[in-house]
Amino acid sequence: MARLVVDNVSHRFGELDVLSDVSFELGANEILAIVGPSGCGKSTLLSIAGGLLAPAHGAVRIGDVPATSLNPLTFVFQDFALLPWRTVAGNVAFALEHTRLGQREIEAIVSDVLARTGLADFASALPKQLSGGMRQRVGLARALAVRPAILLMDEPLSALDSQTRDLLMEDLERLLEQGNMSVLYVTHNLDEAARLADRAIVFSRRPGRIRTISSAPVAREKRADPAHAEAIARWRADLWAMIRDEAQAADRETIDG
Amino acid sequence: MADGNARNRLAPVPFRGAGFAPGEHRLGGAAALVALVAIWQAISSFLGVSPLFLPSPIAIARALWRLIVEGDLLSQIGVSALRIAAGWSLGASIGLVVGLAMGLFTFARAAGFAIVSALFPIPKIALLPLMILWFGIGEPSKIATIALGVFFPTAISAASGVDSVPRNLIRMAQSFGLPFADIVRKVVLPGALPSILAGFRISTSIALLLVVSAEMVGAEKGIGAFVLQAGNLMQTDQLLAGVVVLSGLGLAVARAIAMLEKRFSSWR
Repeated sequence: MARLVVDNVSHRFGELDVLSDVSFELGANEILAIVGPSGCGKSTLLSIAGGLLAPAHGAVRIGDVPATSLNPLTFVFQDFALLPWRTVAGNVAFALEHTRLGQREIEAIVSDVLARTGLADFASALPKQLSGGMRQRVGLARALAVRPAILLMDEPLSALDSQTRDLLMEDLERLLEQGNMSVLYVTHNLDEAARLADRAIVFSRRPGRIRTISSAPVAREKRADPAHAEAIARWRADLWAMIRDEAQAADRETIDG
Repeated sequence: MADGNARNRLAPVPFRGAGFAPGEHRLGGAAALVALVAIWQAISSFLGVSPLFLPSPIAIARALWRLIVEGDLLSQIGVSALRIAAGWSLGASIGLVVGLAMGLFTFARAAGFAIVSALFPIPKIALLPLMILWFGIGEPSKIATIALGVFFPTAISAASGVDSVPRNLIRMAQSFGLPFADIVRKVVLPGALPSILAGFRISTSIALLLVVSAEMVGAEKGIGAFVLQAGNLMQTDQLLAGVVVLSGLGLAVARAIAMLEKRFSSWR
């Protein structure tokens, strides 16, 4: 059953059409990657899906979500969006303080998610004292604290160097396996999409339209097996083949103004 | 790999990265002040400058000590400090509310910026006669003049402080479903605080400036009235002793604001 339904969504900023008639469904526990050339409206779509932006046309609907979820649609931001004046624990608690939970429950949740994300020893550190990878772990811990039904991840690893990205991707795989979560994962990095996603939506250049929705050839839990490496690499190559010309055209469009 | 002879022919790469990085010098500021006072003392002592035109630092220090021990300098300072406290608190609280509203709401922003831009450049002391007409010659007119002078920089700094809060933090808070008041309290206010404190730094200097001007125009007590009276009586050592007190007050207030900035902006 679909957890999130995006129905004929179009959007424009002033005269600029950014999304055109986008429809898809996100299943329960599914990781759906959204890939496409720069400026194709991926992040705009995520903002619309998360209720931060009202679409010019169309609608987004959410299905049944677990009653335990404190914030069914939860973002993980590209730039981490941490409050620089709050400690790591304070940033995680920030997402819970306005809920019905008492102080003790909040403290218990904060300490649990910090332990799960390897941040227990950094609870009282300020964001400026952390590396980029650790900051995004805080962003992830904050998102997990509210027990989301759907994680909306906007290029969560793109601000990190490649080694940190690999390490964090491993953590992400582990954390996503543990939780009963669906994920809408916007990325321009096809390696991330090929490694994490169950399906990938390929967008055209602006105004973003769905070119195709492609299913991964191998189930997520089997992808670590080297026997499937070739199939995954082929899928990645297929996705790139679909994006390449559009990305090139989008790049020229940017340069030409 | 270059052999020995070839290596000897290599020229060292010249260093071109010097300058453009002024650092801090622990004793530089104090040393400059001491040097200034020493030169002043030397000019007064050795060049025979009349004490009426330029009293020596030692004469000013003596006058200051005499005024503190025998005179009523401390009560004069107290009167001015009370006026500053009342005028600054009034102007800063109204300025803060208006500035935050300008940063948060479209109509307040449009109206606020138009009004502030039109009125901010007016020298506030020029409005003192009007304030005297409205509020009388007593304390309210002086307090109102100070409040008016403090209001504008506070409102502007609060509004630009709100503007400087990264939008992604507000969106993050919205994405977790925080109500408007919580976003203002937990995101906007702490984020705008460095700018608000920078505004306080300016507004306290303006308050000091205005209290002296207002007291010179119409007051019997206060540090401004004292300086004016000393000038009228040609007591230039006392006049400059009053100026030293004003400088000390300014430094003390700046120091207090710096401590607040350190306390509340340590995360930067």
